[in-house]
Amino acid sequence: MANYSTNEFKSGLKIMLDGDPCSIIENEFVKPGKGQAFNRVKFRNLKSGRVGERTFKSGDSVEGADVVDLDMEYLYTDGEFYHFMLTDGSFEQHAADVSAVGDTTKWLKEQDVYTVTLYNGAPLSVSPPNFVELEIVETDPGVRGDTAQGGSKPAKLTTGAVVAVPLFINQGEMIKVDTRSGEYVSRVKS
Amino acid sequence: MQQPVWRPSATIDTLRKRADFIKRIRAFFDSRKVLEVDTPLLSSVTATDLNLDSFDVISADPEPRYLLTSPEHAMKRLLAAGSGPIYQITRAFRRGEFGTRHNPEFAMLEWYRPGFSLQDLQREVEELLASLGYEEKAECMSYRQAFQRFVDLDPYRAETSALQEVAAQASGMAASELSREEALDVLMTHRVEPALKPLGAVFIRDYPPSQAALARVGEDAEGDAVAFRFELYINGVEIANAYDELIDPVEQRRRFEEDNLARSAAKKPVIPVDERLLAALPDMPESSGIALGVDRLFMVLEGKCRLEDVLGFPADRI
Repeated sequence: MANYSTNEFKSGLKIMLDGDPCSIIENEFVKPGKGQAFNRVKFRNLKSGRVGERTFKSGDSVEGADVVDLDMEYLYTDGEFYHFMLTDGSFEQHAADVSAVGDTTKWLKEQDVYTVTLYNGAPLSVSPPNFVELEIVETDPGVRGDTAQGGSKPAKLTTGAVVAVPLFINQGEMIKVDTRSGEYVSRVKS
Repeated sequence: MQQPVWRPSATIDTLRKRADFIKRIRAFFDSRKVLEVDTPLLSSVTATDLNLDSFDVISADPEPRYLLTSPEHAMKRLLAAGSGPIYQITRAFRRGEFGTRHNPEFAMLEWYRPGFSLQDLQREVEELLASLGYEEKAECMSYRQAFQRFVDLDPYRAETSALQEVAAQASGMAASELSREEALDVLMTHRVEPALKPLGAVFIRDYPPSQAALARVGEDAEGDAVAFRFELYINGVEIANAYDELIDPVEQRRRFEEDNLARSAAKKPVIPVDERLLAALPDMPESSGIALGVDRLFMVLEGKCRLEDVLGFPADRI
């Protein structure tokens, strides 16, 4: 993998730090007028998800991480692995384990497209699209006429995720959910 | 929204204010009978500081030319030739410096006051700020006091290992990869500067002699050798750097040579010694001089925190 000099640092660049692949979130150049220049970097460890900070002397270089984000369709799970297929027409498949899929299991729906991050060719993490449409499998009966404001109630989706929905929503309906906040967005008209 | 790439990053309204800002700086010096000068940007000699990298410009000339990191040498030759007080607003170039508060090409206001002490010059800086609409009273502290207050260490007397350890904690770097000087620079940028943010204008004076550059070195009240220098910070942003100017040609030559040794050790190009400056120094009157980042000062006074908000075309748009 290529090395990157600090002057190539920018947000989104993938580098190796302490043996783990990391993504740069923020890169700040600091230098006392006549002193040594530094790059203060805020990064996310792509394995642990943790955010950290590290300073480099400007001009130093760091090993790049072999990390790519690819669009893949979710196929199925065999209980141990989650199977994804590239959407580029190659039909190439990748199996992600539970730790790679993480919280995204809540939003996994067959045939939907997810961003799978590969590290040295193997799935490292899976991110959902911002919005997913899922069916409600369990919720209290809808309250007729209450279509405007009002309270909410929990609703369980096919994936097992529980989302607060308005009172008028019924079991069996499809709803649109924002995966970033985990909040109900709207009813999906079928 | 992403702007089209051809557009300036600052608004036209901001650029209009900037033009007015520059006019007010000129009016301030003109009213004080400080002579406006302009000196070349291209030179056969440039700064020798280890941490300043000049652009070397390959041209049809038989010898290399550098884009200057500051107009200091030529202005001192004018002082030696009897110019009296002088100022200029010019471009300065520093290779590799780019970020939210750095641009490799920037506007610099530099002025020299024969017969002024650093205290006199500090007062004039405050008067300049007031004339530009910044009336807040500045706080003053020494480099030592700043470190004692914000890092809890004495930068002159602390063991190198203690400085390295605290710098390592502040930066995530290994203590062993930092020299004493680098540890001080880490602490300045990672601990002191952020702590200056809420304080408005702050003058920091009396720097370690290793950071003397072209300033005179003497003793402070505690008996430590210090460089007679001050820096102005506003809201944690370094704005200006002033020297009680070194006029001793022997000491100046020694510093040039010492810088070049450090440059060789760091595998950086050695800079030819500026013999014309050394020849002029015996005729230069005792003076205080200062370089001020015009873009940064304008940025801070406009309440902005990124240079691209006040520059038409920062380096990544050219």
